[in-house]
Amino acid sequence: MSSSIKSRLAGSHGRVYWRSLGELADTPEFREYLHREFPEQASEWNDPKGRRQFLKLMSASLALAGVGACTKQPTEEIVPYVRQPEDLVPGRPLFFASAIPFSGVAHPVLVESHMGHPTKIEGNPEHQASLGATDTFTQAAILGLYDPDRARAITNRGEIKPWGLFFSAMLSAGSQQKGRQGAGLRFLSGPITSPSMAEVMASVLATFPQAKWHQYDPISSDGARAAALAEGAGGDAIYHFDKADVVVTLDADFLTCGPGSVRYQKDFATHRRITEERKEMSRLYAIESTPTLTGAKADHRLAMKASEVEGFGRQLAGAVGAPAPAGPASGATDPASVIGKWLAAIAKDLQAHRGRSLVIAGQYQPASVHTLARSINQALGNVGSTVTYGPSIEAAPTDHTASLTDLVRAMDAGQVDVLVMLGGLNPVYSAPVDLKFAEKLKKVNLSVYHGLYVDETASLCQWNVPDAHPLESWGDSRSFDGTVTITQPLIAPLYDGHSAVEVLATLTSQPDRRGHVILKDYWTRAFAVGPWTIRSGDGQPFKNFDAFWRRTLHDGFINGTAVADGGPATPFGVMAVPAAVPITTAVAGMRADQAAAGAAPAPQPPPAAPATPPPATTTAPPQAATGAQGGLELIFRPDPTVWDGRFSNNGWLQELPKPLTKVTWDATAWVSPQLARERGLEDGDVIELRYRGNAARMPIFRVPGHPQQSVTVFFGYGRQKAGNVGNATTSAQAFNAFLLRTSDAPWFGSGLEIAKTGERHPLAVTQEHHVMEGRAPVRVATIEEYKKEPKIIAEQGETPPRTLTMYPEYKYEGYKWGMAIDIGSCTGCSACTIACVAENNIPIVGKEEVASGREMHWIRVDHYFAGNEDDNAVEAYHQPVPCMQCENAPCELVCPVAATTHSSEGLNDMVYNRCVGTRYCSNNCPYKVRRFNFLLYQDWDTQSLYPMRNPDVSVRSRGVMEKCTYCVQRINQARIDAKREDRDIRDGEVLTACQQVCPSDAIVFGNLNDPNSQVSKLKLQERNYGVLESLNTRPRTTYLAVLRNPNPELEPQASRSTTEH
Amino acid sequence: MSQIFHRTTNIYSRLSILAAIVLAATLGGVVGLLHLSGYNTNQNMPVEQPVQFSHAHHVGGEGIDCRYCHTSVEESAFANIPPTKTCMNCHSQLWTTAPILEPVRASFRDNKPLHWTRVHDLPDFVYFNHSIHVRKGVGCATCHGRVDKMPLMYQQANLQMNWCVNCHRNPAPNLRPRDQVYNMAWEPPANEPDLGERLMKEYKIAGPEQLTSCSTCHR
Repeated sequence: MSSSIKSRLAGSHGRVYWRSLGELADTPEFREYLHREFPEQASEWNDPKGRRQFLKLMSASLALAGVGACTKQPTEEIVPYVRQPEDLVPGRPLFFASAIPFSGVAHPVLVESHMGHPTKIEGNPEHQASLGATDTFTQAAILGLYDPDRARAITNRGEIKPWGLFFSAMLSAGSQQKGRQGAGLRFLSGPITSPSMAEVMASVLATFPQAKWHQYDPISSDGARAAALAEGAGGDAIYHFDKADVVVTLDADFLTCGPGSVRYQKDFATHRRITEERKEMSRLYAIESTPTLTGAKADHRLAMKASEVEGFGRQLAGAVGAPAPAGPASGATDPASVIGKWLAAIAKDLQAHRGRSLVIAGQYQPASVHTLARSINQALGNVGSTVTYGPSIEAAPTDHTASLTDLVRAMDAGQVDVLVMLGGLNPVYSAPVDLKFAEKLKKVNLSVYHGLYVDETASLCQWNVPDAHPLESWGDSRSFDGTVTITQPLIAPLYDGHSAVEVLATLTSQPDRRGHVILKDYWTRAFAVGPWTIRSGDGQPFKNFDAFWRRTLHDGFINGTAVADGGPATPFGVMAVPAAVPITTAVAGMRADQAAAGAAPAPQPPPAAPATPPPATTTAPPQAATGAQGGLELIFRPDPTVWDGRFSNNGWLQELPKPLTKVTWDATAWVSPQLARERGLEDGDVIELRYRGNAARMPIFRVPGHPQQSVTVFFGYGRQKAGNVGNATTSAQAFNAFLLRTSDAPWFGSGLEIAKTGERHPLAVTQEHHVMEGRAPVRVATIEEYKKEPKIIAEQGETPPRTLTMYPEYKYEGYKWGMAIDIGSCTGCSACTIACVAENNIPIVGKEEVASGREMHWIRVDHYFAGNEDDNAVEAYHQPVPCMQCENAPCELVCPVAATTHSSEGLNDMVYNRCVGTRYCSNNCPYKVRRFNFLLYQDWDTQSLYPMRNPDVSVRSRGVMEKCTYCVQRINQARIDAKREDRDIRDGEVLTACQQVCPSDAIVFGNLNDPNSQVSKLKLQERNYGVLESLNTRPRTTYLAVLRNPNPELEPQASRSTTEH
Repeated sequence: MSQIFHRTTNIYSRLSILAAIVLAATLGGVVGLLHLSGYNTNQNMPVEQPVQFSHAHHVGGEGIDCRYCHTSVEESAFANIPPTKTCMNCHSQLWTTAPILEPVRASFRDNKPLHWTRVHDLPDFVYFNHSIHVRKGVGCATCHGRVDKMPLMYQQANLQMNWCVNCHRNPAPNLRPRDQVYNMAWEPPANEPDLGERLMKEYKIAGPEQLTSCSTCHR
């Protein structure tokens, strides 16, 4: 295989872009797959589906018997209000500002509500943390609300109980504990940024002085916290990519992970976008231990072991003259080596951009790397410009691993009488395996679990209290920049849910308060307290509380509470909450553990004075303490779609092709192609991973650019009690990366052994679906090449003259809709796909159907590699592909029933009720953007999903073709609104769902007949091109080519003109 | 070898071919007529409602404007059915003991909505918008008929696509000045035969190409 690749790469002119290793090798299997419009037997019903399939066949036969088409429309009812709410116009949606917290941090949103049903989540355009965009998880929260598998009742040992009984059980537990000052009372929650919740917690801890509050989030950055706290108050970094001309990441995936990623994506993309006015772009160097989307955007990407990143950072600090604590350096110090060359080039570039550069430490790297990054930023004068340090937005920053370890020790010692777990943490599934949480949980007398699902932990607890979804509850939380953001309910709790603060309040002196009362009471007092005056957006103080509160609920956030405005430091910003384990003791505790394990003790961090470089590292990384060298390195990461398993039951996220691999519905262990070759592994081979006495099994996936001696595993799979969507089959329950995670090495460690089991696990991968056979779908140039010769983009493809047609030119009067997608800005985060699913009622098809090539996503994000598969610096590009809305659309000509026709504004209309399902259109579509309902994918049976669907879009049934319509429902609504006001649709008035959600503003839609519209201006750029234009389809969706900004010292121009090796 | 069939059977075979054609045509015709008939379209069929509400009385007799109850008609796709509160604005004073109004009072008292039966019910894949039609000078009576003369509400038009598209191809004959949209009794003025053409220009009504694009109504 390797030799054929090499010869293909060598024999080609120009660069070769490939989607998968199969395509690169051009195997016969791949060609066979590609040349079939639908995979073999795709339209045959030979899947062993049993009774359901039989019933479907029977009903289809009945329909064919002639009854189907002759149904009379059923009689329907109209049920008006008794008293109609003010402001509500029946048939028009209302939008409410709210927030969806993720690991405690607010994601500000606007929620669309149709007659009381929330149907779609958008970002809050006025909030600095969103600016109108959201990530995939926030988009998918709407399905989480209506999930039929949610916990539906309060139960005690499985028996349904009313809230009153739970309430009295808590009261009696509280009065028992009062005598002991709460010595047996423990709380476990995720990180809390909510000021009102923190106050309730503080008052509970004041009532029970011996009680302890523990925090645990499986995906949390203990390293960043420890480094920040070592600096005293004001150690949390906020980055400003809009000012950073050179960015270096030390294993940081800032574009897709972390609470600020949406805003960071926006700033980063804006600062890199070439426009008519802006001709400069920033440069990104990514040092990373596993391929990430940030690495895929980088101009230079260097893969290394996770444990080597610290050494690299230390050398970099030395090279830029930053004071760096002593410690192990990465292998190569030789300036002639690859790393030496990189260090020199990066250091030079950083020093040339003092005050305009930025070094970011990875959230999964230990504290020492964060300290190093801070030291470098200080030495380069970046602090205050591209990065600002401020107080933490968390009420009580704690070392999560140590906090949980402390709790488990107490549980083991029988010190815990009452354990209250808040917010759906599921530690039985996600706690480090060496803590044996499930076993220790049995020693707790009274366990209370509060969460959205009856999951692995809930089923081992006595009391289960269903959580209220964020769309059902009141609350407040801080966004990444510190702004207090209000969560307000859009609908009454569907299943008797209670928010965490309501459960916690049962142990206060005012036990029976609902979330709204607690929240309003807190902010009434906060408003009254001076000297901090809450001001409205225009800088004027509010007249009274009511004016303040109305404004806050309208805007969704409280102005002036950001870290930059001193929000968290103000009296009512965060009440002083004693944390269960202060971070310094946690670090000390960890050190004691390491010493016990025979590791070298690390120096004690002296307290750092602000404004001086940190004098010494905080602690050695726990990973360095593992002793057992040799073997492979194991890297843990949250799954890009189901995270740590909290979204396992969300079908939208399960079916979303995971960025970079395009695997759906499964966990995979990533290995480099070289390692796979060495061990004789193919994609889908199940391997056994043995690591520190623990074992797990996982199917492998070869990922170009992966460090050779590492294996990356992802959390979130192997769930046993996630729900009907997320439950793993018996054999797949071993695909659980938490089975390998130990508390001393939460993110990486060495000593992994892998063994081939001989089993294969079929993977549903969309990477090879809908391939365009390498006809220059992505076009790339460096900024220097483009500046010198802008035609370089157009020359990479062929555009036929407009006269090349037998038909007269159609003149589009009025609107002429078009779209420009900047693949230079696209990060591949796939939020557009989920937004489109939510907006257009797109069904979930399931793993088997995806494997058959029948996924229904109207906008897919194609992923291309360039370069040599064995090269660590393999390039990666993303290309969102919606319908191209061709002016000369091949699909329209072949429809025998005229179900797809051209509108006067240039849309390829798709009329579902007319479609008879010949699939000719899809066969004739060169872009492969049409999707066919082979089976009844839409869930017509689950009542709870009815109110979720967008009432402005038809719900499609079996046998119907569907595709992207440029969100024609939004165009029509805007057109009608404009006509009612006797004006034209303004530019930017119609946002397609994918455009609205995009954090990097890569998608722009608008009227091409308006020369001043944003999309018209973008299409005038020389880097604008159409895919497969040589077919004379005249696509309305065009792309803006990727421009890269490589450092000439690392990538000489001469070698770039031919294919890289 | 002699023929199996006598030559007189030719006439039978010809007749049966003819009969088959006639039968197929008749069957097709019957199905077509059934499709267009009130049985299928519900055209001209009064519908039973929880309250025997009379538009003839309220609109024709009392002269109440359409928008007093159907408040959202100018803003929304949907011309709403009024909340019970709207009924009670008057009927808390008038006919307070009338037995026919008991369901209305019960709804208001118990805070339970009335369940009305839809009279004009388009299929779910059709997205009709009231607000734009009234804005462009299509009168209520144009589609709904003389509601002021209907003691029980019924659907006057057949609401089939053919009926919609006829007007979308040539809206001019069905237009009236905006201030006459809610006037049930409006007749086109005899002295201005070109009124429709004039209003087409004045109200900037789009051409048939846009009005008959599939996505205008289907999405």
